[in-house]
Amino acid sequence: MSLQARVAPPPHPVAQALHAEWTKLRTVAGPAWLLAGVAALTIAVGAAAASAAQCSSATCGIDPAKVSFTGIYLGQAVIAVAGVLAIGNEYSTGMVKLSLTAMPRRLTWLFAKTAVLIGPVLTAAALAVAGSALAGRLILPGHGFTPAHGYASLTSATDFRAAAGAVLYLTLVALLSLGVAAAVRDSAVAIGLVLGVLYLFPLAAAVISNVPISRHLQQIGPLPAGLDAQATIGVKTLPLTPWQGLGVVALWTVGALLLGAVVLEFRDA
Amino acid sequence: MTTETVTPHRSPAAPARESFWYLVHAEWTKFRTVPGWVIAVLVAIVVISAFAFLGADVGSSCTQTGGGHAAACPAEPTGPGGEPVTDAFYFAHQPVTGDGAITVQVTSLTGQVPVPPPGYTADGPGGQPWFKTGIILKENLSQGSAYAAMMVTGSHGVRMQWDYVNDTPGLAGNVSASAPRWLRLVRHGTTITGYDSPDGTHWTPVGTATLPWLTSTMQAGLFTAAPSGGDSTNATGVFRHIGLSWPASGWTGTNVGGTGPNGVPLPGALRQSAGTITVTGSGDISPVTGNTGSVNSLQRALTGTFFGLIPLIVVAAMFMTAEYRRGLIRVSLTAAPRRGRLLAAKAVVIGAVGFIAGLVAATLALAVGAPALRRTGIPLWPASPLTEARMVVGTGALLAVAAVLALAIGTIVRRSAPAVAAVIVVIFVPYLLVLGPLQGPKGEAPVWPLQITPAAALAVQQALPKFYQVTAIYQVNAGYYPYPPWAGLAVECAWAAAALALAFHLLRRRDA
Repeated sequence: MSLQARVAPPPHPVAQALHAEWTKLRTVAGPAWLLAGVAALTIAVGAAAASAAQCSSATCGIDPAKVSFTGIYLGQAVIAVAGVLAIGNEYSTGMVKLSLTAMPRRLTWLFAKTAVLIGPVLTAAALAVAGSALAGRLILPGHGFTPAHGYASLTSATDFRAAAGAVLYLTLVALLSLGVAAAVRDSAVAIGLVLGVLYLFPLAAAVISNVPISRHLQQIGPLPAGLDAQATIGVKTLPLTPWQGLGVVALWTVGALLLGAVVLEFRDA
Repeated sequence: MTTETVTPHRSPAAPARESFWYLVHAEWTKFRTVPGWVIAVLVAIVVISAFAFLGADVGSSCTQTGGGHAAACPAEPTGPGGEPVTDAFYFAHQPVTGDGAITVQVTSLTGQVPVPPPGYTADGPGGQPWFKTGIILKENLSQGSAYAAMMVTGSHGVRMQWDYVNDTPGLAGNVSASAPRWLRLVRHGTTITGYDSPDGTHWTPVGTATLPWLTSTMQAGLFTAAPSGGDSTNATGVFRHIGLSWPASGWTGTNVGGTGPNGVPLPGALRQSAGTITVTGSGDISPVTGNTGSVNSLQRALTGTFFGLIPLIVVAAMFMTAEYRRGLIRVSLTAAPRRGRLLAAKAVVIGAVGFIAGLVAATLALAVGAPALRRTGIPLWPASPLTEARMVVGTGALLAVAAVLALAIGTIVRRSAPAVAAVIVVIFVPYLLVLGPLQGPKGEAPVWPLQITPAAALAVQQALPKFYQVTAIYQVNAGYYPYPPWAGLAVECAWAAAALALAFHLLRRRDA
């Protein structure tokens, strides 16, 4: 092989970057444990909440999907850690210098990071949501969520939409965290920012008694907007429709990724 | 060749360097020389103070003029202590000047509630548990004036209550014709003493009220009130053997607080027959509780605590994890080989930083938040200086313990992101779950997440007192926590102590 052939750029830089990043993700134990933790914690908390819930009459007005998916309050923190560490670990170990030497096109690197993370987090989110839904399906009918109380079926199209909304929400939270981590380059600061954005909006909305402002906070906050995508009853009275809610979360995610890309492109690593 | 004993090298450094406080000073130097950390703590102070407005100005949902689309502010009377009160009942009264005593026998208390509202139980033999009838000495007929009363209640026995917030139990058991209750109030200067008796001969003192605001002439008589959460309820008390220590001048019936269609009780009634007086009334004589939306809690001024916690937790976790990330831990442990002391020094520094930050921030937040809350028009529950001091010191302690918890978890997991996430989750998620999706067996939000997690410490900021004698739904979003203030803080301390113990153990056992 001639020298020229050896130093020539690889034929498919994106494919090579994807392959390299997938190898990194696959061969480190951390991400696998975190994603298993997402599923385990989400299902455990969801099952506990379903066991505690009780619908005693046809007017109890409890959303079975929201009860089943209670664990997402906790699961999103774990999946956010996974998203933050996908980038944060590169900076904390100094690996980023090596990565960017091997892949000088920084946006290609960020794209590859993002792309290889989608598959695993989507899988983990789907497992978490499917497990929670199954737990709810098994537990809730024994706690008064029966056809007599207006819960004809826990497997309608609306329930599937709620489950899909929950899976997409968790995936978007992971990507949002990756974007924030790329922008601030420090895991601790990144996770603080992400969890602040997620948890502070609903807290502020609950404290403010001014109804219009509280409703606006629930519309722009990613956590309350994402919850709208997981609702199955009273959908018409929600601050946002389910798909609008998911759209708000997607806007946050796209914004964070764009910010991360700009910072990565124009700042020293 | 002989072997010589080699004297080990001794550091010429002064023995003072072995002192724990030298280590604390070293850790303090590490902390204050990282600009990002100092800035983050300043940010925590600023957001806690700035978000005092979050619960105040934008929290206003009523207007004092009644204009615009906002509802008119509730116009509650204020009690002698400045607290908003409900003071509406039926009063059969006559004036009395100077000292005096009134004695009655109560033979019956009955009442009806059409449909018990949420939070109220079905009718017992005496109506609702806190239906009340008895004798009262009241400063005058206007709402919110000082009073002391002896009463029988629906199912809480004989009580002495005075000035709206005070309540002392007397004889237990329900009143009936076969088990009548004798009640007596004696005024002596500015003190009023209540007595009860099952037979009219053997008297037991129940309580003594000191009412410094009493004037010479006051109104004495019989009253009935029927607190129920609705306006269409009333209660009826039957009195016999009325003894007055002054020349009787005939009874006048008054609906204290008036009557009307909107929020004011049903008109009462006074019926007199030979030896028996019957008094029917509704309404209540009690403090206003937070879940009615008609009283504001000073705690709203401290809403920013949540916002300030996040930067503080990040800094506290990094105070240890940055040592691992940079490899500085090896230098630190070389300089301070007793690892437990290193952890203790770090805990002292970050705890002190959190405490001072909380103290400063809470003082500022109350200073700007209290006037802002008063401007909303919703009555602000008056907090005593002692309560305000507890809220300020408690917020400092809450932040200090949260910082130590973050430091300990950072030592345990040695990685920033999981440590920060874990601490934020155990403080924020329980609170969100109680506000949001968790449903208890009766549809009310369960409070156990705020009893077993560090989020219990938020109770230290509670500004509204719970009243045993007022039936209400004491919920978290109205400012009522399941534990008393210091007990809630103790739960957070227990978490921090457990995490610190595990961190201490692991730091000594593991390779750095």
